[in-house]
Amino acid sequence: MNILVCIKQVPESNKVEVDPKTGVLKRNGAASKMNPYDLYALETAMRLKEELGGEVSVITMGPPQAAQVIREAYAMGADHGTLISDRRFGGADVLATSYTLAQGIKKMGDFDLILCGKQTTDGDTAQVGPEISEWLGIPSVSNVRKITEADGQNITVEMDMPDDIEITRIAYPCLLAVDKDIFQPRLPSYVRKTEKADTEITMLSLDDMDDRDETHYGLNGSPTQVQKIFPPETNHHRELWNEESSILSEKLFQKVKELKFV
Amino acid sequence: MDMTEYKDIVVYIETADKSPVKVGLEMLSPARKIAEKKGGKVRAVLIGDGIRTAAQKAAESGADEVILIESPEYEIFHLDRFANVMESVIKEVKPYAVFVGGTQDGKDLAPKLAARLKTGCASDVMDVKTEDGKTVYTCPLYGGTVLQDVVMETSVPQIAVLRSGAFKKSEETVKGTITEKNIPAADENIRLKIKDVVKEISETVNLEDAQVIVSGGRGMGSRENFELVKQLADLLGGVVGATRPAIEDGWISRVHQVGQSGKIVAPKLYIACGISGATQHVSGIMNSDYIVAINKDEDAPIFEVANIGIVGNAINVLPVMIEEIKKKKEAE
Repeated sequence: MNILVCIKQVPESNKVEVDPKTGVLKRNGAASKMNPYDLYALETAMRLKEELGGEVSVITMGPPQAAQVIREAYAMGADHGTLISDRRFGGADVLATSYTLAQGIKKMGDFDLILCGKQTTDGDTAQVGPEISEWLGIPSVSNVRKITEADGQNITVEMDMPDDIEITRIAYPCLLAVDKDIFQPRLPSYVRKTEKADTEITMLSLDDMDDRDETHYGLNGSPTQVQKIFPPETNHHRELWNEESSILSEKLFQKVKELKFV
Repeated sequence: MDMTEYKDIVVYIETADKSPVKVGLEMLSPARKIAEKKGGKVRAVLIGDGIRTAAQKAAESGADEVILIESPEYEIFHLDRFANVMESVIKEVKPYAVFVGGTQDGKDLAPKLAARLKTGCASDVMDVKTEDGKTVYTCPLYGGTVLQDVVMETSVPQIAVLRSGAFKKSEETVKGTITEKNIPAADENIRLKIKDVVKEISETVNLEDAQVIVSGGRGMGSRENFELVKQLADLLGGVVGATRPAIEDGWISRVHQVGQSGKIVAPKLYIACGISGATQHVSGIMNSDYIVAINKDEDAPIFEVANIGIVGNAINVLPVMIEEIKKKKEAE
């Protein structure tokens, strides 16, 4: 079983602000981490490897320091890692990102199963996984909350839908985007990290891709353009009440009455 | 490429239990605005089986034309099959934009189409406006901590996933036409087989159309205390909502879940009891007219979005509140 997990380095904190003068996004501190949703995808990969054998590879795209998340994946048990990094890939939207990743995946080899987290905590789109599957011409299933059966040919998964649970059987190769809580992610192991300290990370740039047409990548290959980034409207009409429970209840009752709900 | 020949807006209207989903009809109003600016038409697409009544409803809710694709093969949503149908409709209609509702299936369908058509796709769109002739989509970043305005000027078509509850259904009564199309499912390439759809709960809850919702979160502490939420909802003629943790602890069934992975709601009054206000939940209640939050932690993020924040333990506040309302009701 050859499994690939797509991972991403994201800012440590979601507490970002927009500079009111320049409109530029200010990240508080440069600290970064692996996208939390990817931990569930990695854990799923490790469990399947333990059950069915095979290898787990990871792929990420980003600046050179994104190698850090590959090291972290190694410490969780991943066998191989590839970092796609090139200035010409900068400013990529969903379409260009998924295309670049798909090009990189083709270079890495054939995979039975590709796993992604539900979404990232910075871009929030949840679209890169499904788009990669289209570029690779393989089926995909999102919102996977449980794997009920897996063998060498097929995998059966449960999807969490608002009103019901859907059970789908899918033949490899395929892509799954897994939901939070599918498995409890293991902690990175210090021993494994030390063991894997010398394991190489494969680097890919635009010159390594089959398609070397620069207009398909980065800002040039991105049909969406960001016009501006701004903070959401703040809630100016809020009141905070801090009193005895009985007084609070009475005030709340009056308010609900005033709003004509009683 | 002459961009002016692309004028129409295609709106994919998903159905559930053979009725159009709420966001499906909501999208018709922004679609209408953009279509009028472009001098084009709003063309709704419905795919399913036995959904003629749903198509009729769409035709009466602001679509100029409803393209109806019916076949037993489309009785349940199948991502690849539905993507194939949409792709073929889009190639024929050549729209300026395609709107897809932000349901779980919609969020999956839109990026599939975007990759196939090599085009842009805005996700979780909260607002659509026209500025200098460009269509501008407002989407959240970093879990909604900041927002971004994106345009897709070179995209043909531009695809947007519209957030449920973010747009008001149009009051217009345009009488649209219904065009039936026969698009067979081309199954030779399909390797994804839906084994089963398990209806986990038979109970149905209409959170999306509720005027009043009383929701409880982990702060309610126990299944017994969660009863207080139900009692208050009953007294106010409202519907019970819950956060994921409350559901995971088994206090109430999943159909009551409000938030990103549950229902996006827009009631006139939303009362959040013992809910801290995780982004997951808050993004699902943002379109409520009036939010009251009861939480013992003064720094809880729920207070950022609440019109009234009550700093107190919901377990203590609710019983008194319930008694008060009961008394007043009896007095009247």
